Amino acid sequence: MQLASKIHEADDFNAVQELYHSNGWTDGLPIVPPTAAAVEACLEWAMLPPEQLIGVEPVRERPITAEKLAINAVMAGCLPMHFPVVVAAVTAMMQPEFLLHGATASTGGCAVMLVLNGPISKELSANPTFNVLGSSDRATMAIGRALRLILINVLDVRPGGIDRSTIGHPGKISYCLAEDEDDSTWLSLAEQNDIPKEASAVTVMAAGAPRQIMNEWTTEPREILETFAAEIRANMRHYSIWPGNYAIIVPQQLRRHLQKAGWSKADISEFIFERARIHRREWADVGKGSVVRDRGDTVYPAMESPDQLLVIAAGGPAGGFGAVIPPWLGHKSHVVTMAIGVCLDCEPPKT
Amino acid sequence: MTLRVLDPSSEMAAELGNPAPRLASLQGKTVGFISNGKEGTVGYFSHLDRMLRDDFGVTDVIVRVKSNYSAPADPAIVAEIPQWDAVISGLGD
Repeated sequence: MQLASKIHEADDFNAVQELYHSNGWTDGLPIVPPTAAAVEACLEWAMLPPEQLIGVEPVRERPITAEKLAINAVMAGCLPMHFPVVVAAVTAMMQPEFLLHGATASTGGCAVMLVLNGPISKELSANPTFNVLGSSDRATMAIGRALRLILINVLDVRPGGIDRSTIGHPGKISYCLAEDEDDSTWLSLAEQNDIPKEASAVTVMAAGAPRQIMNEWTTEPREILETFAAEIRANMRHYSIWPGNYAIIVPQQLRRHLQKAGWSKADISEFIFERARIHRREWADVGKGSVVRDRGDTVYPAMESPDQLLVIAAGGPAGGFGAVIPPWLGHKSHVVTMAIGVCLDCEPPKT
Repeated sequence: MTLRVLDPSSEMAAELGNPAPRLASLQGKTVGFISNGKEGTVGYFSHLDRMLRDDFGVTDVIVRVKSNYSAPADPAIVAEIPQWDAVISGLGD
């Protein structure tokens, strides 16, 4: 396999770390040395030649090759079997509706959240239960970190460079989870996007930091969901009023109550769509009175339609904790779901 | 043991644009503003408009606002640029 990237030499492991840190090629953490053998193993696993063009960054027209993705994936700690997810995620981020440049350059400081669905979650031993939003397992941690290193190194999205985030959030280290498809009767996020359950998929979302909720004192679906809706309303008051893709993480304990009562994801989305909305005048209660103007009575919904809400089954078995994950900034960026390693709408070969 | 490792960067130097020819004077010129439309742009560009007209003799100031402040300028705005003598594209953050 002929790799095109420049080769650097370093005396030992520590020298590699210093070389990469001093060039601004890391996120501040140690990296796995990207040797040719390790990079080739990723490319071979994904059956991609190194020069394969994965996409072209649309604003600066920068081509992104499989080789560069593999180098950064290795650095992040990815195994070869993780690499197809990284490729699919980057492909998803290149879709125009994701607005990659805006989402990664904005002062708003969102991160790219990934959600895994389908058989690949088990193949990679992703853990959709305990501690699901932070270092729950090797695969999601490494895959999420790979995306950040790719943004830093391939697209120069460094703090103070292209990345103009005012404060950012810890999800910018790694923000990847698998949906719990074993312990849920709901359609998976991928199935909701017409991807058959036999296929694997990744969803990317320009996402703010998770806002944790807790309600362990009811089994009534409307009461449980009202807590989620209230957290969304709080985000609309304190952060951004604009509608877009919100995600909610619903753990097993709360799912049991919802599923026992026969609530589907669609039912949940419909309920929250109706409840998660505020009047513009509420800004005056939180110190933003100067921008209420004459539109105080205008009602703003959190989503433009119920299907903009991502209902994600994930989290440990005990505890009435969940999370609201707000969009970077309203509908400027839309979530994208991409099948991994398969083309779902390709024409069959002509005979 | 020497480790041979690969360069993770794009290895592509950012292309530097060529600056447009400088104007000898702003007197009688048309200046376009491309605003991102954020809250802070209103006061900023209105002040700049006044300064350019009163202090530098600019004849016309054309203000255009991007439809999405996180995306590049709309093609229709970019198409207008050749009609202006100078353009100021600034952030309102």
